[in-house]
Parts: sequence; structure tokens; C-alpha cells
Amino acid sequence: MMKRDECLKVLARHRSNEIVVAVWKAAHEWIHISPSDLNYTFVGAMGQGASHALGLAVGRPDKRVIVLDGDGSLLMNLGCLVTIANAAPRNLVHCLCENGVYETNGSVAVPGAGRVSFTGLAREAGYAKVYEFSLLEDWDRALDRILKEDGPIFVDLKVEMGEDYPEDFRRLYSIQHREAFRRALKNA
Amino acid sequence: MDQTLKADEIVRELKRAGIRIVVALPDRMTSEHLLKPILRNPDFRVLQVCKEDEGISICSGLYCADQRALLLIQYTGLLDSMNSLSRIAVEGQNPVCMMVGLLGKEPGVPPAQSKRYGLRIVVPILDVMGIEHHLIESSQDVSKIAPAVERAYANSMPVALLVGREPA
Repeated sequence: MMKRDECLKVLARHRSNEIVVAVWKAAHEWIHISPSDLNYTFVGAMGQGASHALGLAVGRPDKRVIVLDGDGSLLMNLGCLVTIANAAPRNLVHCLCENGVYETNGSVAVPGAGRVSFTGLAREAGYAKVYEFSLLEDWDRALDRILKEDGPIFVDLKVEMGEDYPEDFRRLYSIQHREAFRRALKNA
Repeated sequence: MDQTLKADEIVRELKRAGIRIVVALPDRMTSEHLLKPILRNPDFRVLQVCKEDEGISICSGLYCADQRALLLIQYTGLLDSMNSLSRIAVEGQNPVCMMVGLLGKEPGVPPAQSKRYGLRIVVPILDVMGIEHHLIESSQDVSKIAPAVERAYANSMPVALLVGREPA
């Protein structure tokens, strides 16, 4: 099991110019760990992160798009696995921060916690590559390769809560930051 | 007044509006003469979704990538997508352009006066949400499409184009 913020710090070290779509807790942490105008946190509704990312990936096939999804979120939009696999964007890396709970909503366990195989679901939906990591050093070692491979790629990150980061939903959904993202993407 | 609605005129109007990506979940009212020809049309890319709210997010992502898109769905899917519609399209100020089939609407009857409850509530809900909407029921209505799409992108706000009869 990895601390989520440690896991994200590893990703930040490997990040170059990728778009990163982040949701909920991972988003609050990511904007501090890897600040960038190419961070997309304007997801708006639970479960929709990967679908926003699909739009970005189809709209900008020249840019790699990484999603930092949550297990509670993905369970709310499981059909997106099939939609993404069917659209088959080669530039999409769908990372799942699997902690087994609705962390923002009182840390109640998600249905099927510890029993559902998200990699199994993604594989059978038709993702090109599927990975699972529970050790930071394995994640670190594999990331350079994963960020170059053809997708859609699904990565299940077995995580638990790490350091506490401030919550700022207004920042996550800010139109001003969304417009900065659009400008940055246009020039990227 | 011409009481028919021609699918090829709608397709031409979508092209005039700069739309080349259609995000769709088949609707019995529009699938035969609108979605199927679009699927065969090399000028369009179709992204099929499993549930309509995915489409609201996909269109929003496409907007940030500077791509125009149409979400082609049935009104039941619109009703099922209220949270995404309010949080992502309206509050998030994303120009999500929806073409919504009003399956079962009586010809010539305004949607709000339909005998069907599900249809009758669509327009009042859109009004409460502050979402611009237009009834597309005859050939005369088709010319509303491109200006409505232009306004949506100019104002960064969603629009609903309500298809009131099966296109031929």
C-alpha cells in the first residue's frame, strides 16, 4: 500500500508536459504537488473525471492525458471504461487511486471494497494495457515506460491517505483557472 | 409551412456550425435517419457513450481542447443527467450543445403541453436551469441550429435543441 501523496510525488517527478485531470482528494493534493496550468480539476460532478479526460484526449491527440480517478468516483461511472476502450485514445492513461473508501464523504467503504477487480474490469472493457501497483519503487520504475506506451492504459494504484492537504473546492472548479487551462493548452 | 424535418438538412446545419464530433447514445427518434448517416459520414467522428452524463463531460473536455461537439441523446437521458448538466454545463460554463429527441411527442403540440408527463416537464426544467432551448420540428426550424450553437460557444453556456418529430 502506498501513501497517495507519495504516489503522486513520484508521478510529478516523471511528468513533463502531460495534461493531468484530477478529482477530489487527489486533485487537492495534485495542485500542490505538481502545480501547472495543464492541471484540469474542473470536473464538476462525481464520477466524471475520466469522461472529461476522454474529451481532452480525443480533442488533443498530440498531448498525453493522465487521469487521477478515485474508486468511489469510477464506481459511479463504470460505463466510462467501455466508452474509453471503444474510443481507444492512444494518449490516455487512466490512473485509479484505489483506497477502498469515500474519503471525502466520511471514509465509508465503497461497495465491493477489496473484492472488485478494477484491473479486471478495465481489461475486459478493452483497455490496451492494464497495470497494478502497491509499491512506490515499482510505480517509479514503470512510469517512464507507461508514459510512452500506446493507450488507453489503466493503472490501479493501491493507496491510503497520506499527508493532509488543504481542501479548496472553489479553486478546483474555478472558471478563471479553467480559462487559464484552455489558454495553456492552446499554446502547448 | 413544411411539416417535415429532413435529416440531411440538420447534418448540413451541424457542419455549418463547425461541429465535426458527435457524442451519442442512440435514441429511437433520431437513430435511423440522423445518427446512422452521421456514423457513415467521414466528415464526422462519433463517440458512443454508455450513459448520457458521460457525454456532457466529454463535450466539456473537447471544448477545452478547442473542438466543437454535439451531444445527441433522448430526453430520458437529459433527465437522467441533471447533476452533470447543472454542475458541469451550467455552473461550469461549458458550451454543451445537446440535440435531444422528444420521443413520443405529439406532432404540432408544444412539448410543455404534451400528454406525456416525462415530455411535459422537459422545457420547464430547462427554463428553471436557465438553459437556452429551441424546438426543432420542421424544416423552418433547422436554421435555428447553427446560430444557437454559435451563441453557446460565444457565451460559454449549454443549449438544448429539442427534436420534436422524427427526421426523415
